[in-house]
Amino acid sequence: MEINLTLVGQLLTFAVLVWFTLRYVWPPITHYLAEREKTIAAGLEAAAAAQRELAAAEQQVVSLLGEAKQSANHIVEEANKRSTRIVEEARLAAREEGQRIVAAAREDFGREVGETREALRSQLGQLAVAGASKILRRNLDVNAQKELLAEFVAEI
Amino acid sequence: MSTPEMTSGAYIQHHMEHLTVGSGFWTLHLDTLSVSIFIAVLLAGFLRYIAVHMHAGVPGRLQNMVEVVINFVQDTVNETYHGKSTLIAPLAMVVFLWIFCMGLMDLLPVDFLPNVLQLFGVGHFRSVPTADPNATFAMSISIFILVVFYNITIKGWSLGVEMLTKPFGPYLFFLNLPFRLLEEFVKPFTLALRLFGNMFAGELIFILIAMMPWWVQVLPGSIWAIFHILVITIQAFVFMMLTVVYLSMAHETH
Repeated sequence: MEINLTLVGQLLTFAVLVWFTLRYVWPPITHYLAEREKTIAAGLEAAAAAQRELAAAEQQVVSLLGEAKQSANHIVEEANKRSTRIVEEARLAAREEGQRIVAAAREDFGREVGETREALRSQLGQLAVAGASKILRRNLDVNAQKELLAEFVAEI
Repeated sequence: MSTPEMTSGAYIQHHMEHLTVGSGFWTLHLDTLSVSIFIAVLLAGFLRYIAVHMHAGVPGRLQNMVEVVINFVQDTVNETYHGKSTLIAPLAMVVFLWIFCMGLMDLLPVDFLPNVLQLFGVGHFRSVPTADPNATFAMSISIFILVVFYNITIKGWSLGVEMLTKPFGPYLFFLNLPFRLLEEFVKPFTLALRLFGNMFAGELIFILIAMMPWWVQVLPGSIWAIFHILVITIQAFVFMMLTVVYLSMAHETH
């Protein structure tokens, strides 16, 4: 075991090797390592964020679906209500219309009966006069017998 | 065995010799230097290649491998070190990878590099730089210098107070100072000697296995090689971990 000038040579070699590594090897490699670490961390963060967003979206879907179902139910209910009301209204209108038609017909009928009765009355008067004339074999003056006729007609 | 006429003692001795130039203190271990520099260049080139082709998308196989190492180092550093220095983590990674790769040289057959180089007239060659205390002390002394540097720049005057008052309290300051000095100066020795001891012993066992007849070598050789992969990983990790611990201790008051 002898210590000699070799030691100095080895010292220099070691120093140069360390200097070279410190200057030209370590910084670029650790730089890229840190960069990759950052990229991976960002990727993981993004994945976590995406997962959170997905969960939120799923929740939103559920709530939207619930809302949609509710509003659809509401719409159907409204429509049902409205249709019942429309049917009811139509029924009422039809009944009114029917009553009106019946009333009008009844009125017409009454008037026609009255008119017929009037016409029959006047014809009956003439018939009565004509009959009486036949019976009496002479012409009766309708005007002279007006009072009697009126009395007779009124009795019918 | 490289040459059958060698005695086992000579064979081991042959493998314990460095390829040297110069003499005395001014000796250079060319094998240690060349292998460790070669590995350093390969490592730096590979890491730079990855750094240049790095991207933040899905990583390829090589990039993934480097990222695993870097993440592992960064986690280890973050667990113990809470300061702001950007030097600690790259330093720890270099310590880990360099020691690991230098230890891997042990997995080459012990006679491979020496015999190949012998063809080119190279007499001795030890292929594992970390089995040379010069290599391990170079790292531990660098770290020791950094520890001292951070201790002084970050703690300032409170370092002096700390050296005198910890760990036995202010009244035993004459004990505290030598205790703390010893504690600090022991660090580079334990760091360097632990690694050196492990690698040296590992190499020695490979040499001993290589001295067996070839048909016996296979089993102990592969068992020890597999075990050695574990050893160099643990040693690299321990060295890195202690580096981080010592440096973070330099940042924080006791």
